[in-house]
Order: sequence, then structure tokens, then C-alpha cells
Amino acid sequence: MSRTRTPSRAWTIARTDLRQLRQARDFWMPLVIIASLFFVVIPGFLLLILTRVSNVELAQQLSDVVGALPTKIQEHVHGDSGPVQASYALAVYLFAPLAIVVPLTVSSAVGANTIIGERERGSGEFLAHSPASEREIYLGKLLAALIPGYLTAFIGFAMYSLVVNLLVGPKVGGWFFPTANWWWLMLWVLPPFIMLALAMILAISARVSSAAAAQQSSALVTLPLILIAYSVASGSMFEGSIVAIVIGGLAWIGAALALVRASRTVRRERLLGMGA
Amino acid sequence: MDPVISARGVVRTFGETRAVDGLDLEIPTGSVTVLLGPNGAGKTTVVRLLTGALAPDAGEISVFGITPSGPDGAEVRRRCGVVPARPALYDRLDGYDNLRYAGELFAVDADVLPDRIEQAATRFGIADALSKRVGGYSTGMRARLALARAVLHEPDLLLLDEPTAGLDPESARTVLGLIDELAEQGKAVVMCTHLLLEAEGLADKVVVLDHGATLVAGSPAELTAEYWPGTRVVLEAEEPALLDGAADLPYVRGYSRNGVATVDLATVDSVPDLVDALVGAGARLTRVEPQTPTLEQLYFEIRGRS
Repeated sequence: MSRTRTPSRAWTIARTDLRQLRQARDFWMPLVIIASLFFVVIPGFLLLILTRVSNVELAQQLSDVVGALPTKIQEHVHGDSGPVQASYALAVYLFAPLAIVVPLTVSSAVGANTIIGERERGSGEFLAHSPASEREIYLGKLLAALIPGYLTAFIGFAMYSLVVNLLVGPKVGGWFFPTANWWWLMLWVLPPFIMLALAMILAISARVSSAAAAQQSSALVTLPLILIAYSVASGSMFEGSIVAIVIGGLAWIGAALALVRASRTVRRERLLGMGA
Repeated sequence: MDPVISARGVVRTFGETRAVDGLDLEIPTGSVTVLLGPNGAGKTTVVRLLTGALAPDAGEISVFGITPSGPDGAEVRRRCGVVPARPALYDRLDGYDNLRYAGELFAVDADVLPDRIEQAATRFGIADALSKRVGGYSTGMRARLALARAVLHEPDLLLLDEPTAGLDPESARTVLGLIDELAEQGKAVVMCTHLLLEAEGLADKVVVLDHGATLVAGSPAELTAEYWPGTRVVLEAEEPALLDGAADLPYVRGYSRNGVATVDLATVDSVPDLVDALVGAGARLTRVEPQTPTLEQLYFEIRGRS
């Protein structure tokens, strides 16, 4: 007899939250616009202009800018003219922080609403009376905020790669993106930073008394984290894979500790609007 | 038989407020228990304590022999169906997804879940609305969906918190019908209400709460015997003034006439003597009706004495 497997409760909670998010067009549309701006529109516009510079004086100025970059980077920059080299450097090194900042913003926006949202809508009462454990509820909420952020990162990354390769690739002898450092950034450095931010945001969302307060507090918490992430992304790009591995490793440890600590903040009575 | 619910000396405070203050409760299986009390009596907190959604500050609670707020509390919640005072639905989802979510959280086998959803929706008259977003449901439809969700996993204990508040008569009747049906199936039902009329005729046991403590508990018959001793008889006659002579009879405890005459007697055995006396005095009686007190009368009697 075939028996369909019942999904785990954490996954059930995450999937239901994601289903609700999909229905909330007014919520995700601005996030999609931000992601499109940072991953496609702005890089595309800048690279398009740079690769088409024909003014000799401006081309010389761009060569000077590339010459001012660290020697280690200059060795890896491709292209036979100042504008092409500048667009290569911009594509590979200077846009790297966006890969972290945008998904962090998306995950923060989703995560800030997740627990307080249950309370404000009154549906927290249902969850509090359900057999789902507090850990399962936490894990479900974490996944529901993590998935949109990471999905944004990868879709944005894919689109960014396409834009970069289409605009800069023909000038440097073919498609070259993503580079090894970018893979490290996306697969090793980015996930723990999103988790670290979410650990803080979920803890806030479980404690505050309104969604507006959660959004405000989350912004305060994630802003420094975004700045750190920005530096880390730049550093790992400039200094190479070893730095990315070390920083990523430290971030994973920090994220694991923060997640364990934050899991204790989700309690049934908080879903009922008490103990906030 | 072991009770489904047993609570002893339960206390739960919120800051300075003692929402539940020394609650004692014993609820047998296959019974309908009505928790009566004014707003703020602690009824909702009691429901939350029974599922382990809240932990008591002091005292002991056992549901199905398990402490709800303890490590095995999930088993208690899996066997409970709760209809909260607010339906606690997901407005952005459609009715079907609300029910599916509950079915999956309460571990209903995925093979049978679609059938269960259809049966529950049909039972409560919302089958046609399952594909619509819950945000567009009327109050009555929301209440029906909350009921369907609460019984989807076939709970052994159903907890209803003010289930008919704000409902149209038809929806309210559906709720009361469900309670009857579950009790017939041998399930235990606990209903919180401050609407005495809806508890009338349903309750096997009545628990009157006041300031979070059990004021009194028992079957309606037990409470009647304790708080409504004697017999009340309603009388009408062609010449009502002739009924006033009843007030002077030695076995009459109380008499009043306001449209109809109401006579309180020590025992039901005195009714024939009363009738004889009034007929002897020339009264032509058109109505002699011994009365059982309503739950409302009992409630106010209990509250009055407390």
C-alpha cells in the first residue's frame, strides 16, 4: 500500500508562510524592484556606458583609476583599454557587496514580519494550540525568511552574470563571469550572513509588540551588519579565496551561535501576544 | 474512568493580575462541560492552559494523563481541537489551504487529508467557498471554517472559546449541533461562554468561574438541588386577585404576582395542597406549572450568593 509522507511541521510552517508571501504582491513587488535595480539596471547601465567610452581623455582617466587599484587586482583585470579594464574591475570587484546587501534586505523585510505578523493577525493563537514545537515554529519561520533572501541572491546573481557577460564578455575575449571568488562569496560567505541577520531579526520579531516596531528595530540591527557584510564582500574579492574561506568560516560559527540563542525567544505565549 | 482533564490549584498571573487563581477542574470523557463566567473571569486563559499554550505558575494540570506544558505537551495538543474566540485564520490563503495547513500540522495522513478537508467543509457548509481567499469570508463563514479546522484531525477533546459570539442564528445552531454530535461520539467538549441560553440543554456539567477560580461546579441537576431547593410553581387564574391568598398558606415560602403568580414551595408534594386551597377559595385556575430553573436563573442565584 502506498503511503504519502506527511511533511515535517517546520517545512509545513515555512511553506505556508511562503504561500502567504506569494499572495502579498504589495509586499514583495518593491523588493523585486530593489533587487532588479541593484542586480540588473544599475550595473547594466554603468557597464554599458563604460564599454562604449570613445573619448580619449576619459579613457585615459579610467586607465588611471584601474592603475590606482591594488596590484593584486590589477594582475587579474582583463581588457586592452582603460574603459574595458574599468568595466571588468567594476563587474568583478566593485559590485560584489550588492550580492550580500540585497538578499539581506529581502530576508530582513520578510523576517521582521514573520512572528509578530502571526500575533497581529491573531493566527498565532492557532499555532500556539498546534502540536508544532517551539523549535519547529522557529525553524519554519527561519526557512520562510531565508528562502526568499537566498532565492533573490541566486536569481539576481544569475541575471547579473548574464548582464556582465553580455556587456563586458565580448571586449575581454568571451564569457568570464562568475569568477572563483564570486562562487565563494555566494556559496560560503553569503548564507551565514543572512542567517546571522535573521537570527537577530526573528528574536526581535518575537519580542516586540507591533510589526512597525519590528521593522524599525530590524533596520537598526541589520544596518551595522550590512556595513560589515559590505566590507567582508569587498575584502574577500580583493584578497582572494583564502580570506573568503576564513571570513565565511567565522560567520558560520557566529550564525550558528546566534541561531541557537534566538531559537529560545520563540515561545507559545509570545505567539499569543504575551511576554512581548 | 479517568477524567480527560484534571486541574488542581492552578494559578496563572499576568503581571499583577491573577487571571486564574486556584482553579480546580475535573472533566470526564464523553461529556459537555460549560465554563460560565462574565468577561474577564479567566475562561480564555483556562483554554490556553489546557492545551499547554500557556504554562501555569502554580498547580497541576493533566489532560489525557499528560501535563500539557510539559515535554509531552505536543501529544495533548495533537488530540485537542480548539476554536478560539477569534477564528485565527490566515486571510491571505484560501479556505482549502487553511484546512490543509491544519491537517499537516496535526499530522493527518496525507493520503486521507483531501477527503477529510472535503468532508469537513461539506459538513459546515463552506465547500463552495474553499477556493476563495479567507479575507473575503463573512463572520459566519470564518466561524464555520474555524470549526472545520478544529475537527479535521478528529480530536478527542474539543475546546470552544465563545464559539457563537457574533454569529448569525444559523451558524450558531451549527456550532451547537457539532457539540451535540461530538458528545454522542464519546468525545469530551469544553465550551466557554457568557451566553447562558446557548449552554442550556447542552451542558452535562457547568463550571461557574469568577476571577479565575471555580465558584461552583456540578451537573445542572446537582446545582439545581443545591441552589434552587424547593419548587416554584407558576399559576394563572380567571380572577388573578384570588391567587393572592396563596401568600398566607403555611407551606408557601414566597409569593409574587406580576401578570402571572409565582409561588415558591418547600417541596413538590405541596402542589396538590396549594391547588386544593386556591380552588376552595373560589379561584378557577387556568395554569398550574411547576418550574425547573433555567441556567440563567441558576447562574444569577449562584453569583448572588457568592
